[in-house]
Amino acid sequence: MTGPAASEAPAGHGSGTTALRWLAPVLPLALFLALLTLLPAITGGQTVRVAWSWVPSLDVQLSFYVDGLSLLFALLITGIGTFIFLYAGTYLHGHPRLARFYLYLTLFMASMLGLVLADNLITLFVFWELTTVSSYLLIGFDCEKAEARRNALQALLVTGIGGLAMLAGFILLGTAAGSFELSEINADGAAIREHALYLPILALVLAGAFTKSAQFPFHFWLPNAMAAPTPVSAYLHSATMVKAGIYLMARVHPTLGGTDWWMWTLLLFGAVTAVWASLMAVRQTDLKLMLAHTTVMALGTLTMFLGAEVKIGIAAAVTFILVHSLYKASMFLVVGIIDHETGTREVDRLGGLRKAMPITFLAAAAAGFSMAGFPPFLGFIGKELKYEGALAITHAPVFMTAAALAANALMVAVAATVVFRPFLGQRTETPRAAHEAPWSMWIGPAVLATLGLVFGMAPGIVGVRLVEPTVEAILYRPEDVSLKLWHGINLPLMLSVLTVLLGLAAFRWRKPLAGGLNWLVRVLPTTGDRAYDATLAGMMAFATWQSGVLQNGRQRRYLLVVVATFVLAVGGTLVVFDGVAWPTNWSVPLYAWGVLALILAGTAGTILTRSRLGAVTALGAVGTGSAVLFLMYGAPDVAMTQLMVETLVVVIVALVLPHLPGLASRGHSGRFGRWRDCVVAIGAGTVVALLVLAVTTVPLDRDLTTFFEQASVPEAFGRNIVNVILVDFRAIDTFGEVAVVAIAGLASYALVKSARRRRGAK
Amino acid sequence: MDSLILRTATRLIVALMLIFSLFLLWRGHNLPGGGFIGSLVAATAFALYAMACGPAAVRAALRVDPRLIASVGLLIAMVAGVLAVFAGDPFLTGLWSKPEIGGAVLPLGTPLLFDIGVYLTVLGAVLSIMLALEERED
Repeated sequence: MTGPAASEAPAGHGSGTTALRWLAPVLPLALFLALLTLLPAITGGQTVRVAWSWVPSLDVQLSFYVDGLSLLFALLITGIGTFIFLYAGTYLHGHPRLARFYLYLTLFMASMLGLVLADNLITLFVFWELTTVSSYLLIGFDCEKAEARRNALQALLVTGIGGLAMLAGFILLGTAAGSFELSEINADGAAIREHALYLPILALVLAGAFTKSAQFPFHFWLPNAMAAPTPVSAYLHSATMVKAGIYLMARVHPTLGGTDWWMWTLLLFGAVTAVWASLMAVRQTDLKLMLAHTTVMALGTLTMFLGAEVKIGIAAAVTFILVHSLYKASMFLVVGIIDHETGTREVDRLGGLRKAMPITFLAAAAAGFSMAGFPPFLGFIGKELKYEGALAITHAPVFMTAAALAANALMVAVAATVVFRPFLGQRTETPRAAHEAPWSMWIGPAVLATLGLVFGMAPGIVGVRLVEPTVEAILYRPEDVSLKLWHGINLPLMLSVLTVLLGLAAFRWRKPLAGGLNWLVRVLPTTGDRAYDATLAGMMAFATWQSGVLQNGRQRRYLLVVVATFVLAVGGTLVVFDGVAWPTNWSVPLYAWGVLALILAGTAGTILTRSRLGAVTALGAVGTGSAVLFLMYGAPDVAMTQLMVETLVVVIVALVLPHLPGLASRGHSGRFGRWRDCVVAIGAGTVVALLVLAVTTVPLDRDLTTFFEQASVPEAFGRNIVNVILVDFRAIDTFGEVAVVAIAGLASYALVKSARRRRGAK
Repeated sequence: MDSLILRTATRLIVALMLIFSLFLLWRGHNLPGGGFIGSLVAATAFALYAMACGPAAVRAALRVDPRLIASVGLLIAMVAGVLAVFAGDPFLTGLWSKPEIGGAVLPLGTPLLFDIGVYLTVLGAVLSIMLALEERED
């Protein structure tokens, strides 16, 4: 957990962070330019792969792979990252923890890059988890606020659980495919689709993708992640975090995609998420929250189209990834500027800002037109493709088209709200007098929104170069994709006109619409957020109850639980697998009966005596008897150790005895307790005896013994195999054990001394 | 326990036990024994000494805090392992040197050093607990 430390407050205003403000954006910019040099080769149909051996014993490689899909994401991450880094320096200017902020942000960007460039499944998973951890740090950056901490934890838990499911899916996938390299798995995707484990793999991998990309019913964490500083929200929502799940679905599309299961799952979850999220967006009054819900809508739309198998559906998804990244980053940064300059994000308190902030207004308008899908912006092409794709899809085209229509129309309403309400109309009183933001803040939204216009008017710039290789990577076959602004008068164009009309109607009557939706949310039996709280509270209550039962602070209870668990687990296993066996040879030498008599007498003495000293001494006799048994069967080392341990235990226990109450005093088990202890103790003895008998009936596997007998002298120069194992062959185990012994010694010392201090203080 | 006979006998027995414990440590690689058993014998010897002459006498005889003995033991065990890393082998690989002294080969290796570490760690830990408990009665 991060916390404000006293020592770092003065550093925030030093010249070091000023330099950092201008140096930090250089890193993503340099990465962006470096990645851009790969573009011609990728457009030409090549791919790049580099690999290093990472964990050779587990056959895990640190391998990276660049094709159209990973390059598209990598360019978005670094390109948008450059503007985010620049913007954050001004937005958080003078913040005492700015240096730490850049550390988290850089860590996050590096994790995202690793994620989209990884070829090995395990490498991908590691970077995936790194994005989870670094986004946790970013969302909870304002750690003084309880809400920020809670929402950061929520994001961590929801995406973390999904990540674990995904890891299980990856392991199944890698095992089924015989390779953990995605480039090799995708080359033979049909083998996985016909594999018996296909459905479990699909379910587990999608669990990871759906939680990360906030699909219904896991959508609730994303709007809550708004607790992060605005540049972080802009980054998480446009190009990075939440797109990781989209990226994953696109990445495994050649292997897992194309089946009915895949199509229906993505279609249904995507459509429900898109429509529900766009409804939730309309009812918000906080501009940032409104945008957050539209991100969920965009993710739903992307999931829906990634379910497709036809070229045009995938092209729609890829184009929309680009469209959405550009306008969403601009929009968030614009809202950040409004918040920064006026002191509020409440839509009803804002108005008439266009004169005070002309550049921001233009950027917002350009982004808004792209979001609403007006020509000649890239958003228009994206929307046309969506309708074309929805109509062309083989599964339920009418349903998909209707879902896309509803979501898009509400997007028009949200875009109109974000652009018209704060900037047009009457100037309102705001907490701070508004004026234009510094260039380092408006440059990002201005450039990104302009790109949305440029790419829209000249779609050839991105169409063949970036969209086509990405579509080819997702479908794993050569395709011709050309983006065109004007498709002629056809059904998608009609739908576009209908979208705008519906959207403007929703904007006009947004107040009653929002009122109705607010009522709906109130009467819903549960929401994702409430269910999350209930689950967490339930787990906490369970943990409290369980700790109370198991950890009651009494040694007797701990022993009882441990021994009873052992009896049930091992005894149950013995019975279930029919492991109970009787020895055939009962001939025992006479002196062994003597040892047995010693052990039995010791046991009887331990149980029957009323004095603790007597019980300890009798127990020592039992231990000594066992030591003699070891000696008889040729284990002098074990026997000697056993004898010494018994002696020391008696000495140490005798030292504690004077401080303990008598055996029959307060806290004793009582009649019921004695019978319970008796049953558990006899059960434990019986199970161990049965276990030893079962072991003796199995022929002894002498492989290890033979190995140590043969290797001991030539390799470790020792004839005492037991000791050679301890200090050479398995020395690391011994090292761990002596470390435990040392820590136990120190801890007991501290415990005894502190108990005496407490007593002395009384 | 104040007994003249016990105190007199203890002097002799403790000395013998300590020598025996070192003997066990030394021969452990080839014959029954080793650092762990040796340290238990030594701990028993000190337990006896504490019974006869009191914990203060044991601390005086030890000269250093048993907690330090345990820590140094752990450090020695670790160094024995790290030496192999410097030699380019995995952690805790046994390294051997066999110098000839007067015609007899004396095999010395990091496993012996490691065993000495084990000996000191276990001895220090057991004595820490035992002395702390005995001093409670003051």
